[in-house]
Amino acid sequence: MLKIKDLHASVDDKSILKGINLEVNAGEVHAIMGPNGSGKSTLATVIAGKEDYEIEKGEIEFEGEDLHELAPEERAHKGIFLSFQYPVEIPGVSVTNFMKTAINETRKAKGLEEMPANEMLKLIREKSELLEIDRKFLSRSLNEGFSGGEKKRNEIFQMAMLEPKLAILDETDSGLDIDALRIVANGVNKLKNKDNAVIVITHYQRLLDYIVPDFVHVLYNGKIVKSGTKELAHELEEKGYDWIKEEVLQ
Amino acid sequence: MELKDKLISSFLAFENHVDVDSKIHDIRSEAIKTFEQEGFPTKKVEAWKYTSLNALLKTDFSVFPKQENALEFSEVKKYFLHDIDTYKIVFIDGKYSSYLSQTTHDGMDICLMSAALNKPKYRVIVENYFNKIAEKDSLSSLNTAFAKEGAYIHIPRNKMVEKPIQIIHFSTGNESALMLQPRNLIIVDENSHVQIIERHQSLTDNPVLTNSVTEIFTAKRGIVDYYKIQNDNENASLIDNTFINQKQESIASVHTFSFGGKLTRNNLNFYQNGERIDSTLKGITIIGNKQHVDHSTLVHHKQPNCESHQDYKGIFAESATGVFNGKVVVDKIAQKINAYQANNNILVDDKATINTKPQLEIFADDVKCSHGCTVGQLDDDALFYLKTRGIHEKEAKALLMYAFANNVLASVKIPELKQRINKLIANKLGVNIGFNL
Repeated sequence: MLKIKDLHASVDDKSILKGINLEVNAGEVHAIMGPNGSGKSTLATVIAGKEDYEIEKGEIEFEGEDLHELAPEERAHKGIFLSFQYPVEIPGVSVTNFMKTAINETRKAKGLEEMPANEMLKLIREKSELLEIDRKFLSRSLNEGFSGGEKKRNEIFQMAMLEPKLAILDETDSGLDIDALRIVANGVNKLKNKDNAVIVITHYQRLLDYIVPDFVHVLYNGKIVKSGTKELAHELEEKGYDWIKEEVLQ
Repeated sequence: MELKDKLISSFLAFENHVDVDSKIHDIRSEAIKTFEQEGFPTKKVEAWKYTSLNALLKTDFSVFPKQENALEFSEVKKYFLHDIDTYKIVFIDGKYSSYLSQTTHDGMDICLMSAALNKPKYRVIVENYFNKIAEKDSLSSLNTAFAKEGAYIHIPRNKMVEKPIQIIHFSTGNESALMLQPRNLIIVDENSHVQIIERHQSLTDNPVLTNSVTEIFTAKRGIVDYYKIQNDNENASLIDNTFINQKQESIASVHTFSFGGKLTRNNLNFYQNGERIDSTLKGITIIGNKQHVDHSTLVHHKQPNCESHQDYKGIFAESATGVFNGKVVVDKIAQKINAYQANNNILVDDKATINTKPQLEIFADDVKCSHGCTVGQLDDDALFYLKTRGIHEKEAKALLMYAFANNVLASVKIPELKQRINKLIANKLGVNIGFNL
């Protein structure tokens, strides 16, 4: 599904990704871990298509198609979703109306009619139940005055509504208490199937107790320096990142 | 002939149609002298530094329309707030249209300035209020000189006017260029509440220049909510001079939505003559092309324990220009004042301009005054967020601009009006974003 080969990316002439190789197939869950500043969030935003980053070298393909020239909204239409660490507040636009816009913009791009109102309502009801989201929440302005947990839950609600092929969850666990974490993870697991894939970016292992990865990668200094299975995440939790750094230095 | 000379010579003809023996006419005669001395303001005048009338004044405006014109309601329905019941005071080319209007004298007066000026029963009231708070600057004086028609609203004490009042001025284009000078007088007595919506609409591309004066008197504990919809076509210009006198514990708000017009100048002055007064001045400006919108506000705090809130948002595209000049004066005795002022702007294109200038003159020592102006572009990170949700660039920008202006809408108290303004904003931003804003 996603193939990244020797990807180098920089922002303002500062090199951040220095040769990433990653392959994600349908039905897989990948976790990307690593210390602060290693390039995890950059990788996520580069996949989603942020124009601030310059791709200096390497390839990035999604379902056989080169992503280089595609705008972020075009990548979204192809089925790439990024859950933000710090989602933007949109005063005056309710969660429901925002989702209507997002879904209908995607349909427009695919040459489809707008989704009928009753179908939209049904979808909203179904997905909000899945994530245990209160009706009242949906009529609030998007992210305005939301707690950290509400913002994250709302990101996953958007993911549920948009049904992406590839979902990248950037630090979705930060700022979540254990109950919220369970609800969010539960939602992700219910949405998971053999045709889609998830990349979980996290600093800590605890989210991975709930969203169990098939592969764990350690990103350090712009490169994936170690890959393994879920046991690697446990090892990192126990021993921290210093031993990885030392391994890299050797 | 220059417009100034034309106006002065027209005054003699105007006098043939009005009662020259009234006290009001003494005021008119005085006013035309002021205009004759001062003429139209030029950029040399500090208050007009960023707004030039020069190009506009080259047009050969008719000062009196030659014929009366009629309009069918169906032709102009869309300019009314028509989904709720309202009082309506409608003018076509400066002349009252009884056909399109719905006025009342039942327990209150929602009617015409001409009636108020001519009928003996109104004389005392009119003489007590007319031209009492309007500034004596050249443009207000010009309006005073020709004051004859407009809205006259008098709400006696303890009256809650249950329906909003719409004041609408249409110009039909029957004159190749038309100058209008409506004059409104609004008196809200103790404990009364009124909501007013004002709109000026030109129906053709022929040039129109409106120089309007509105005087509003809010007595003790009176409440006035005033909404101005400025969404005229690109050959119509408006100089709006609005003066609000507030007595103790009164609450007055003016929301100005400036989405269209060639040149729009809003002179909005609040005078707080009492304690515990609340004044609100808010506006959203969204313009493009070579349009120009100028908000020049004054809040004069003359008594202690009062508040004023100013919040103006501007979005300027293409070669549009904006001006915000917000003056707050706090007299020496006016202690414990809270005066807030914010003016935030987004310049969408490189050629768009905003001149923003707060002006605070504070003579009291125990006051809270804050002011802030910002000029910026849309936030790239926010734009990226919306795009990752599949929203196209144009629609994403529109959503962000809407969000930017949103808090001004929050205080609009008539839901149908809010909905209408949302639609105007969506139209103005040129988007269909899958739901009604």
